[in-house]
Amino acid sequence: MIKSLNAQHSLLADSHNQIEILAHSKTGDFLLIPFQQKLEETGLYPLTPFQIEIFQVNIGKMCNQVCKHCHVDAGPDRKEIMTKETMQQCLIALENNPELKTVDLTGGAPELNPNFRWFVEEIKKLNRHVIVRCNLTIILANKKYHTLPQFYKQHNIEVVSSLPFYTQQRTDRQRGDGVFEDSIKALQMLNQAGYGRKETGLILNLVYNPAGAFLPPSQQSLEKEYKQALMDKFQIEFNNLFAITNLPISRFLDYLLQSNNYEMYMEKLAEAYNPVAANNVMCRNTISVGWDGYLYDCDFNQMLDLKLACLAKHISQFSTEKLNSRNIVVGQHCYGCTAGAGSSCGGAVI
Amino acid sequence: MNNSYYNSDDLKKFGNISGFQKNLGEKFFSYYGEVFKDSELTAREKSLIALAVAHAVQCPYCIDAYSSDAFEKGWSEAQMMEAVHVACAIRGGASLVHGVQMMNKVKEIAM
Repeated sequence: MIKSLNAQHSLLADSHNQIEILAHSKTGDFLLIPFQQKLEETGLYPLTPFQIEIFQVNIGKMCNQVCKHCHVDAGPDRKEIMTKETMQQCLIALENNPELKTVDLTGGAPELNPNFRWFVEEIKKLNRHVIVRCNLTIILANKKYHTLPQFYKQHNIEVVSSLPFYTQQRTDRQRGDGVFEDSIKALQMLNQAGYGRKETGLILNLVYNPAGAFLPPSQQSLEKEYKQALMDKFQIEFNNLFAITNLPISRFLDYLLQSNNYEMYMEKLAEAYNPVAANNVMCRNTISVGWDGYLYDCDFNQMLDLKLACLAKHISQFSTEKLNSRNIVVGQHCYGCTAGAGSSCGGAVI
Repeated sequence: MNNSYYNSDDLKKFGNISGFQKNLGEKFFSYYGEVFKDSELTAREKSLIALAVAHAVQCPYCIDAYSSDAFEKGWSEAQMMEAVHVACAIRGGASLVHGVQMMNKVKEIAM
């Protein structure tokens, strides 16, 4: 298994180096219009939040997989895990702010946090919709995780799972050998629990992201292909497919640089800038909480350590008043969310 | 492809064709866009056909464009190569089938 950039002591493990590359390019002779300027030209700068509705929490960078495109640089060698005390601070913020209707739990593999089930149960007591970003293979990784589908069902959790493609070759190429086979088994277990079946109301959404230096095709067309292929070959059902663009940060940035695709990819993203998508970016209704309780405009800013541009920087200082009056921090990586039909944790935005 | 008749950067300038003849250029691109939409065939299927045709007409711009497009639309390397073989078989067959004409002519003049 490959190691995280962090374990390899790669230059890119330091977010400052990533920002430097994104701002000035690797070679210095490649110029891209600053994202901020693009927003200005389309009347969207400064980018400001709408009402915050989604409370996304990264409860740890530890993962049983080491995917080649991972923007978190997650893996088994990452030890950053949210403590129960920080989770309790999240629960206080949720209790005090009923407008935070959805809690989106991510990682790493969020299930690897020893307090994961407790945290989910406490959030459900506050009557919030909970999304878990489950990488599927965790369900088969150890006997103690085999009951996850039943746990999700018991608490009516929405499950969102990455399956980069409906063929083994493309999935394993991105997520590691054997991942496709285990993902299919896990999806069948989720289907058996009622997930993805129309009559149950238990939501199972899949995530496509490109296995290379290109943008996702039409989400609608791709969903039809996924549904047909997964049903024909494996009798698997699911609800919706989210097509997500890979953002040029962390391990995907490393891949772009190593494969000499960086400049081409950035040009492609910038050429595909869509002001309608920019108007609907997810950071306008989402707040992202890091494993250590710090707050960010989105999961990508979190990984680049671009903290909020307001006084409420930590979950212990959570204030929707302060958060709603801030300007969103943007950078060159933001072109990833505004290209074509746009991209968010819920797929295309238009 | 610098310093040759073909330059890969020229592919990005394809849209400028309308600069010298606006009316026909715009009609072509409008038609082109319509052809590649999902219809009786999906855009995905059309992309693979375009890849095969690109090889048959040996257009390096089209090969670049539709290698990317077909892969992005989810065709595997093996499927894309099979499409190229289809183009190759038709091109080869097109030469070979003219062998019948050669045979006819030889039979006509031979003792």
